Amino acid sequence: MTVESTAARKPRRSAGTKSAASASTTGTKSAASRRAGAAAGKSPGATGGEPQLVQLLTPEGKRVKDATYDPYVADITPDELRGLYRDMVLSRRFDAEATSLQRQGELGLWASMLGQEAAQIGSGRATRADDYVFPTYREHGVAWCRGVDPTNLLGMFRGVNNGGWDPNGNNFHLYTIVIGSQALHATGYAMGVTKDGADSAVIAYFGDGASSQGDVMEAFNFGAVYNAPVVFFCQNNQWAISEPTERQMRVPLYQRAQGFGFPGIRVDGNDVLACLAVTKWALERARNGEGPTLVEAYTYRMGAHTTSDDPTRYRGDDERAAWEAKDPILRLRAHLEAANHADESFFAELEAESEALGKRVRDVVRAMPDPDHFAIFENVYADGHALVDEERAQFAAYQASFADAVEGK
Amino acid sequence: MTTEKMALAKAINESLRTALDADPKVLVMGEDVGKLGGVFRVTDGLQKDFGEERVIDTPLAESGIVGTAIGLALRGYRPVVEIQFDGFVFPAYDQIVTQLAKMHARALGKIKLPVVIRIPYGGGIGAVEHHSESPEALFAHVAGLKVVSPSNAGDAYWMMQQAIQSDDPVIFFEPKRRYWDKGEVDKDAIPGPLHKARVAREGADLTLAAYGPMVKVCLEAAAAAQEEGKSIEVLDLRSMSPIDFDSIQASVEKTRRLVVVHEAPVFLGTGAEIAARITERCFYHLEAPVLRVGGYHAPYPPARLEEEYLPGLDRVLDAVDRSLAY
Repeated sequence: MTVESTAARKPRRSAGTKSAASASTTGTKSAASRRAGAAAGKSPGATGGEPQLVQLLTPEGKRVKDATYDPYVADITPDELRGLYRDMVLSRRFDAEATSLQRQGELGLWASMLGQEAAQIGSGRATRADDYVFPTYREHGVAWCRGVDPTNLLGMFRGVNNGGWDPNGNNFHLYTIVIGSQALHATGYAMGVTKDGADSAVIAYFGDGASSQGDVMEAFNFGAVYNAPVVFFCQNNQWAISEPTERQMRVPLYQRAQGFGFPGIRVDGNDVLACLAVTKWALERARNGEGPTLVEAYTYRMGAHTTSDDPTRYRGDDERAAWEAKDPILRLRAHLEAANHADESFFAELEAESEALGKRVRDVVRAMPDPDHFAIFENVYADGHALVDEERAQFAAYQASFADAVEGK
Repeated sequence: MTTEKMALAKAINESLRTALDADPKVLVMGEDVGKLGGVFRVTDGLQKDFGEERVIDTPLAESGIVGTAIGLALRGYRPVVEIQFDGFVFPAYDQIVTQLAKMHARALGKIKLPVVIRIPYGGGIGAVEHHSESPEALFAHVAGLKVVSPSNAGDAYWMMQQAIQSDDPVIFFEPKRRYWDKGEVDKDAIPGPLHKARVAREGADLTLAAYGPMVKVCLEAAAAAQEEGKSIEVLDLRSMSPIDFDSIQASVEKTRRLVVVHEAPVFLGTGAEIAARITERCFYHLEAPVLRVGGYHAPYPPARLEEEYLPGLDRVLDAVDRSLAY
């Protein structure tokens, strides 16, 4: 990542402090397990009350063995583990800053990724530079991993553009607001990768709500029929605005893949190591010509759907508290500390870097100029269009009429 | 000059073949476009010659076809998508309107979407429901799309070449009831601009503006009117987005009367926009209000009623008479 650091305020939640880390164990965990278990319990293959998911780090930060997925993270170094931690802390810091900026009136809206850092950083770090990412609109952590300057994500939320970054600059497509559409774009792109004879892979991000969309189903099917090198990465954050997963599906989400003829797998979406390993596995399948994979990252949207949403109308604090106990950042911190992979100075430096990032984001957003009026007419067409030209000229004449009036008086 | 007489469908087939030959990034995709050659045989023989990787039979899912075509375009391909019939395009309408049309602007011009969507459209073939519609206004209304329709084989060949070369998405409406009409195709010609109208017949007393399947009807109406001593000019608009208002204006300044003809419903159709613009541009030239002839504000009727629904020679001549009566 190319983010300069410095310092500033304390993170508003978790991440930074040891006391928070020590408070992160047990607590209301059982409630969360029950809820997760209920979803998995609908699966014919599910056992007991626990959801079947790949986990390499427990919520307490304990490394657990998994014969299938351990090889994908077997050679991970302490430095890389610290890197994952840093990614999660900084992307959460960025996210919190954006939420604040919305509250201050600098952004019109913000869709927070709070709680989904492990799913996004783990999967994002599994991608290769030549892979291509098709996000929804909440993948700020994935954008971070792809090297997209986080301030570039804010233009659309401030209302100065509708995206605007160069998708080919980091192989990170524009945010897609209409739910699920991008799954088809990813699949088509992956079909093109195959035609080119390349061994790149494509990853499409979407959520539990999007899994109800026909476009996502069609993407699954096209991906399967053409054996496209695409990974369907679903962050099941339990809520599609106010609707729980029970309103979206009657079988565990990952099992949908089976009906299309490719594997689906559920991973602990709050376990960055497991998300990294499983996504690497899925991307490797794609590269090897083995076709699509559905990864369901089982996680939780800790915040509101967007800053316009009020989750108190549809869910209780106890649920959130249960998931806070499984916080993705705290569990990796616990692991780093237990393994002596990080000392106080690491955390202190990261906090300083985090605050610097917050400050930079603030400064950039506040200085972000409104677009030129004539931007309305820019890039409507690549090859031009007579009507756009005519209306641009009319608009110019209209604008100029005010200048004349002012000059006249 | 090497002109050749061929059916309109064959001209499109030849044009696709030329494009597939010239550019390895050009793909043809859609339902039944491969072995079958499409239900109208427009893609006949292309898969045999260019392979399944370039002439792609797709699953039966229009949104999926257009959505994956967008992805292929993002990867650098130039997909030419076939929607089997006009009434089947709506599952893909979201991908076309929300994604295909807007993505170039969304990316501030940093990516291009050179996708052609071919849609056989219009009635007159005695088909069942959803096989005879003319939804062009629904696409022309959307900024980011270009919408064209040829009326004859020669235009079909060249307009398809130009649509494929366009860096913008083009909705290419093919007049299905004219698929079998033969016309001259000159593959060595230097074509005019894609979005420029063509004077199909010169006249002095009134302008008939049409496109696609209605150009033939208007030419027949003009010939019939000629017998009554009326000189009718026929404009083949060719493009519904952008519309070549300059050519319409030039014609109307000469004839002072305009009737717009299309199969699509008159209400909020292409003719409504033309009437408004030409009234604005030619207010002092017009001897009569701009009249429109087209479909009614009703679902496309069952085949036994389509002769009543579609503008035919008599309805066009009726409008000509009404205009000349002012």
